[in-house]
Amino acid sequence: MLQYIARRLLMLLPVMIGILLVTFIIVRLIPGDPCYTMLGEKATPEKCNLFKERYGLNDSIPVQFLRYVQNLAQGDLGESIRDRRPIADVVAERLPMTIELTIMAMIFASVVGVLMGVMAALKRNSFADLFTMLVANVGVSMPVFWLGLLLAYVFALVLKGTPFYLPPSSRLSAGLSIVPLADYWGIQNATGMGKFLLDLISNSAILNGLLRGDMQLVLDALRHLILPSFAVGTISLAVIARMTRSSLLEVLGQDYVRTARAKGLTQRVVITKHALRNALIPIVTIIGIQTGQLLSGAVLTETIFSLPGVGSRMVEAILSRDYPVVQGFAVVVALIFVFTNLIVDISYAYLDPRIRLD
Amino acid sequence: MSDEFEATIEAKSLLKQQNPAVEALRRLLRHRSAQLGLFIIFVLVVLAIFAEQIAPYDPIKPIKTAKRRDVPCIHLLGCPADQEEHIMGVDGNSRDLFSRIIYGSRLSLQIGLTTITFAILVGGLLGAVAGFVGGWLDDVIMRSLDVLMAFPSLLLAIAIVSIFGPGLRNALLAIAIVQIPVYARVVRAGVLSVRELDYVTASRSMGASELRVLFTRVLPNALTPLIVQGTLGIATAILSAAALSFLGLGAEFPTPEWGLMLGEERNSVFNAPHLVFFPGFAIMLTVLSFNLLGDGLRDTLDPRLRGL
Repeated sequence: MLQYIARRLLMLLPVMIGILLVTFIIVRLIPGDPCYTMLGEKATPEKCNLFKERYGLNDSIPVQFLRYVQNLAQGDLGESIRDRRPIADVVAERLPMTIELTIMAMIFASVVGVLMGVMAALKRNSFADLFTMLVANVGVSMPVFWLGLLLAYVFALVLKGTPFYLPPSSRLSAGLSIVPLADYWGIQNATGMGKFLLDLISNSAILNGLLRGDMQLVLDALRHLILPSFAVGTISLAVIARMTRSSLLEVLGQDYVRTARAKGLTQRVVITKHALRNALIPIVTIIGIQTGQLLSGAVLTETIFSLPGVGSRMVEAILSRDYPVVQGFAVVVALIFVFTNLIVDISYAYLDPRIRLD
Repeated sequence: MSDEFEATIEAKSLLKQQNPAVEALRRLLRHRSAQLGLFIIFVLVVLAIFAEQIAPYDPIKPIKTAKRRDVPCIHLLGCPADQEEHIMGVDGNSRDLFSRIIYGSRLSLQIGLTTITFAILVGGLLGAVAGFVGGWLDDVIMRSLDVLMAFPSLLLAIAIVSIFGPGLRNALLAIAIVQIPVYARVVRAGVLSVRELDYVTASRSMGASELRVLFTRVLPNALTPLIVQGTLGIATAILSAAALSFLGLGAEFPTPEWGLMLGEERNSVFNAPHLVFFPGFAIMLTVLSFNLLGDGLRDTLDPRLRGL
């Protein structure tokens, strides 16, 4: 198993280098002089020289790339042009929200999706099956942002005043706010990676609340995440339900399932121990593939529910031509995506020992 | 066994061999979800072609007499006859929403077809070269495409739009680029599966040039998965284009693009929900139709691909 993980990590190396190259090139590809593009009307020849000096744009391209990689390795993602903040800080501020949303959506999609798929497969051609297939077809065709707006309309306006009311926007209710963990624990002098990680944890409302024992904050943050994660998770739910159904149907026709039944095992044991476990590999794969979908969905949904995450900031950055921010987020998101796929690979090597030997 | 009997069998199998395409089409037309998908696509195509005749108003010019964000007024459903009829209401710029939706179908179909054609041409060529030539070229091409696939597709499209600048044409280019790896892989797999087979060698030994072998002997094998993937890809492309427009990175005011229409009115979801409902519903129906058709094609053309 360890050998397998090591081999997969090695295979990641070229992809990682590729990601770095692509994100590096993205900024070089911007048409025109970067100085004029970035400084806009304020650009004068003297200012441009200073600018190029400062960002090292006078060096050769390979030197610039090496420096970019070197800086990245030290956790330095550059500086936002618009507000002069280090991009690592912007990432630490925005990323936790998006990750919380993605994880919530993934939990929703996999739990409900697998349940629906199992029900549909066990009661083939029943009403439950028909309903699941309907959801599976319509779910993948729905624009995430549309579903989000409709959910906001139903749960925040139509159901206003009932116990089913759910907040349609922002991350926390008015009056609640996050207390930075650095202040709470009295560690203000952290730097580099330590500070980044601390900020990352601190800015996750759920983790922050849990670590400080502030359950009100945790519950409020969760409540604000229900509608967005419902919207983000629906597409993946549809895909997972469909995959579970077909995968389970295939397994249920196998001889060993019949043997298990013939031995007199209860239906529950046959399904959970024999059938579902074998049907799980394609399901796990599809859940992993859906991570990218979920991240993209999170980006779209943040703007609707006015959540301060990566997506809303990235669109802002594009519209205001703040390229280093776009670059920084692209690197971080791609790395997250690649590592999720790694975890998926490892988890199905665990589920199916045959894969380890390939 | 009589000679006559054998001859009948031969004749029958010959008949079948003559028109596999007709056979596939017959099976497709019997497929439930393909029927539904084809029906919706047919309606969309009619709407797109006859948009000028069907739409009651201009999709771009504001109507002076209409109230902004007015609720739908349908005479048949009891709307007073002295009011102007607006089946889907009036949008925030006093334009007839129904007319805009009709014109939007034109744009959406164009978006889906152009992006996928581009992606298939470029991706298919890369995949064919990678699979057919092999060696280091294969490695270089496929590893580069792996890197493209390392980014979540919509986020990569957003990043590409940031290079070219916002706008519908750039958004379409971004969506097409993001889809290239999918088609490259499909074609490469098709090429690899037959490259070493006897009939390809036979063709070569009869003196056919490499290009001829590639185009007449090898590539037709990649056609079936390409058709299936392309149909599903149209659905994805329409959805992504709508998403980019929604974010303000695609189509620009006053284009009647469904995603943009949704984006423009997203803040009025609480006081004029119909302005959000109809464009989104149109997107969903269009995407659904191509997904259904794609599923049908997969089931009828190549059952082995099921579950992919």
